[in-house]
This record gives sequence, structure tokens and C-alpha cells, in this order.
Amino acid sequence: MKGCWWKGLSVLLLLYVVFMGLHTPLGPALVHTSIDRIAPGPVTVEATGYNTHFAKESPQVWIENDGYRVCATAVTVNSDVVFSAQFTVPAGFHSNLTSLWAWDSVDGPVVLRDAFFTEGLGKDLQGEGCAVGTAERSGFSFPNRTILNETIRNLFFHVPMWFTMMVLMTIAFWQSLMVLRTGNLDKDQMALSAVDVSLLFAVLGLITGSIWARATWGDWWTSDPKLNGAAVSVLIYAAYLILRGSVPDPHKRARLAAIYNIFAYVLMMVFLMVLPRLTDSLHPGNGGNPAFSQYDLDSSLRAVFYPAVLGWILLGVWAYTLHLRAARLNSIADEANDR
Amino acid sequence: MHTAEITHLLRLEWQLDRRQKHVWGSMALYVVSTIYVCYHGVRHLTDVPIWNALFWIILLFAAFNALGRSFQREDAGRQLYLYTLASPRSVVLARTAYNALVMAALSLLSLAAYALFIGGTPMQAARLDIFVPVVVVGGVGFALVLTLLSALAARAGNGIGLMAILGFPIVLPMLLSLMKASKLALDGMGWNVTGKYVLWLVLIDLITVGLAWLLFPYLWRD
Repeated sequence: MKGCWWKGLSVLLLLYVVFMGLHTPLGPALVHTSIDRIAPGPVTVEATGYNTHFAKESPQVWIENDGYRVCATAVTVNSDVVFSAQFTVPAGFHSNLTSLWAWDSVDGPVVLRDAFFTEGLGKDLQGEGCAVGTAERSGFSFPNRTILNETIRNLFFHVPMWFTMMVLMTIAFWQSLMVLRTGNLDKDQMALSAVDVSLLFAVLGLITGSIWARATWGDWWTSDPKLNGAAVSVLIYAAYLILRGSVPDPHKRARLAAIYNIFAYVLMMVFLMVLPRLTDSLHPGNGGNPAFSQYDLDSSLRAVFYPAVLGWILLGVWAYTLHLRAARLNSIADEANDR
Repeated sequence: MHTAEITHLLRLEWQLDRRQKHVWGSMALYVVSTIYVCYHGVRHLTDVPIWNALFWIILLFAAFNALGRSFQREDAGRQLYLYTLASPRSVVLARTAYNALVMAALSLLSLAAYALFIGGTPMQAARLDIFVPVVVVGGVGFALVLTLLSALAARAGNGIGLMAILGFPIVLPMLLSLMKASKLALDGMGWNVTGKYVLWLVLIDLITVGLAWLLFPYLWRD
């Protein structure tokens, strides 16, 4: 069992990731309003929240426009997630976009940004308007983002798949260099095992990414530099396997496969690093789209994301060692059969 | 590095090809007949993105066709003879340089034939001082990537089919940047917009040559 602690660690980390990643609730948020347009005068709005607790404590409700707040004159709570509020909208808001806020001591401040298109603009309103509660909620939850919503949990599965694939491809690259240096056939088997397992993770990355894209962008596949890069890496390693299949002599096969792997790996890495930065992209982390870390990989996500990355990478390496052992045993069995 | 050896090998390539004039004819005929077939499919194209995409697809296949034979024309005996005479790095650099020159000429020929048959309307608003260099850089880039792969496929004892399978995924990102750069040039954008793509393509070309230089000796010895 000595030297196997990291396998146990990967299982523990992944159990933690699956439990926390799927069990932690999303933070409360407002998700919908009955109207999306307001004009000066009396207005009644019915708002829907998500994971909120309005029935426990009636919320304080206000609308905010360019830093100026107008509090509701009356609030009726229908359930934990629905309330209706009456406002007297003043003339002279600065911006044509107004946000809806609610606060209670259980949920803290929740907001639907830019909820209303606003008429009757001017420059009359100065200062901050009415005073509101600001105390934050306590408790562990994931941020509730527009569009992402519950799919934010996919962060712990989709992103580590690609990290694991990269790690395994780097192992394959290194073993290919060793093949060229030493001509050792076992190094060739190592490279092949790493490629096989990395392709498995690539396919899982494509599937999780595709599901996520469907839920957020509305399509299973979009033409996007990051997605093209992913497709190219899968094609390159599929071609690697075909190249191996077409050379019968094992020594020659080892050398040719190693040459192709090195050539393809270096070019692919350059493409993956540079290409997304040249063009616009929907994908986080490219072309003006912030990566999660920049805006809200907040402490609750980090607490699950970093263990997830480590856990998946360890699992990938474990799968690689198993694949390698099976392949070595197979080749020993083949030799025994030949005798 | 032996400059004299490389120039000598370059001259050898040139003389071999000059002796077999049908090689030139077959490359030119391949491009022209492909374009002619496309012409019957689409007549005149005025839509810039489609015009652009079709041109690059034709040039890509022309490159596969032209470079596939690069390492296949000599038999094992002549290869061994060359192996005893020249260093492998000189061989690959000479052949890469030669293929780059061939593809530069072939890309210009393709462009001329393409403009003649499919129509040059999209080129009227284009910045030709950018578009034509992008086409040449593209042709040369294909040559650089495919030379090593052609050697690899020849060594694997498999023909142009294997080369296409190995080559497509590696050429694809380059092709995407080329299409983007040439589309921008066709739209009349200046160097300030297209410059970074051209720079990036040249960088890729340099990396490719470096890799070929490093890896070819391992491919060469048997």
C-alpha cells in the first residue's frame, strides 16, 4: 500500500467535490419581474426570487437607478419566493436602466440588475434616496449568476477534465521525447497509455462542455476558438492512433509515433495558447470575456474547485498507471503465448 | 549547418523536377481543373466569405496533392545513397525550402486561375498589398507543415491518405487564421488589423521549421 496514498486522496477529494458541488445551495437572487418597463407615477411589481426566504421575514424592497434609491411604499409577500411591491416612480432618473433590490436579514441583499427599462429621464434626483438594510447573509453557498444559475456547478467537472487531459498529454509528450532518446519500447507504451486516457478525458470534457453550452448559450456547439482548439486536440490524438495502426514494425512504430506526437503537441500548445487571444470568444477567459477567477471565483467556489482540479488530475494519472499495467501484462502474455 | 550542402540539394531538387516536366503539369492541372469544376458548380461568386473559404479549401487540397509526393518519389536505394552523402538536417531544410518555393508559386497560380474563373469581384475592394502576401504566406505555411508529415507518411509506408489524416488537424488552426486574415484583407482592412495574424502565421512557420530541423534526423535513420 506504500506509495498509494495519492489514490486514496483522489477518491476522498472527488467524494468531497461531488457532495459539496451538488449539495451546496445557490445563494438567493431575484430572477424575474412581472413588468420590465417603468414610467413616473405609481407602479406595482411582482418579483420572483430563487432560494429566498421572504415568508420568514418580509423584505425591504427598493429600486435603484444610478446610485439613487426609491423604497417601496407597500410590500405584500405571497410565498418564500414571490412578493409584490408598490412604488411611486419619480421623474428625473439619470439612467434608462433601473435595478430591483430586496433585503431581509435571512437572505441579505438580493438584486435583479437592470430589471426595468426606464422612462421620464432627467437630472433632478441627487443624493442617495432612502436608506436600506445592508447586512450580508451568513452561510455557505455558491454565487447565483444570471444565465449560469445552477449550471455553475459544472465548473467542478468540465474545467478539470481539460486540465487532466493537458497533464496526460504532457506525460505522453515527455515519454515520446524519451522514446527518441533511448529507443525504449516501454516508453512508447507509456506514451500510448497516456494518449488513450487523455482522449477519454477529452471526450468527457467535450460532453460536459456541450451540455453547459446548451444550457447557457443555447446551442450544443458554437464556432469558438476554445472549442475549435478542443476539437483539434481530439483529432490530433485520433490521428496519432491511426498512424500507430498503420505501421506493423514495433520499433519503427514507436519512433514515427513519437515524432508525430512531439510535432503535434508543440504546435497544438502554441495554438491553444495564442489562437483564443487573437479572436473574440464567448468562452470565459478569452477575447474580453473574463475568466471565472476575475469576477466571481469567490471563496465558496474556490473551496470546491481547487480540490476538484487536484482530485481529477490524480484520478487521471491513476487511470493512466492502470492502463499501462494492463498493457504490460498483455504484452507479457503475448510473449508467453508465442513461445 | 552547411549552407553549401543545402544549396546543392536545392539545385538537385530543381534539376530532378526539371527533368520530369509532367510533375509541374500535374500540379497546375490539378489546381486548374479543381477550380474549373467549382466554376461549373457556382459560376460567379460575389459573396466575400464564401469566395474566401472556397479559395482556401482549393489551395489546401492542392497543397496536399503537391506535397504528398515530396518524399515518395525516391526509392529505398536512392534514399540510402542520399543518406550516406548528406546530413539529414540539410536534406530536410533543402526540401522544406524547395517545397515552400513551389507552394508560393502554386498559390499565386491558383489565385490567378481562381480570379479568372470564379470572379475577381471580391478583390476589387481588397487591400491587394495585404491579400497577396497573406496568400503566399499561407501557401508557404502549408508547405512547411506538410513537408515533415509527408516524410512521416512515406516512412509509415502509407501514401497521401495517411498524410491527409495526420495533416488536417495540424493545418486546421493555421487555416482558420489564414481565412480570417485574408477575409480582413478582402474587406479592405489595413496592416494595423491584419498585421497580428500575419505575424502569428510567420511565427508558426518558424516554429514548424525548428521542429522539422530537430525531429527529421530521427525519422531519417532506419
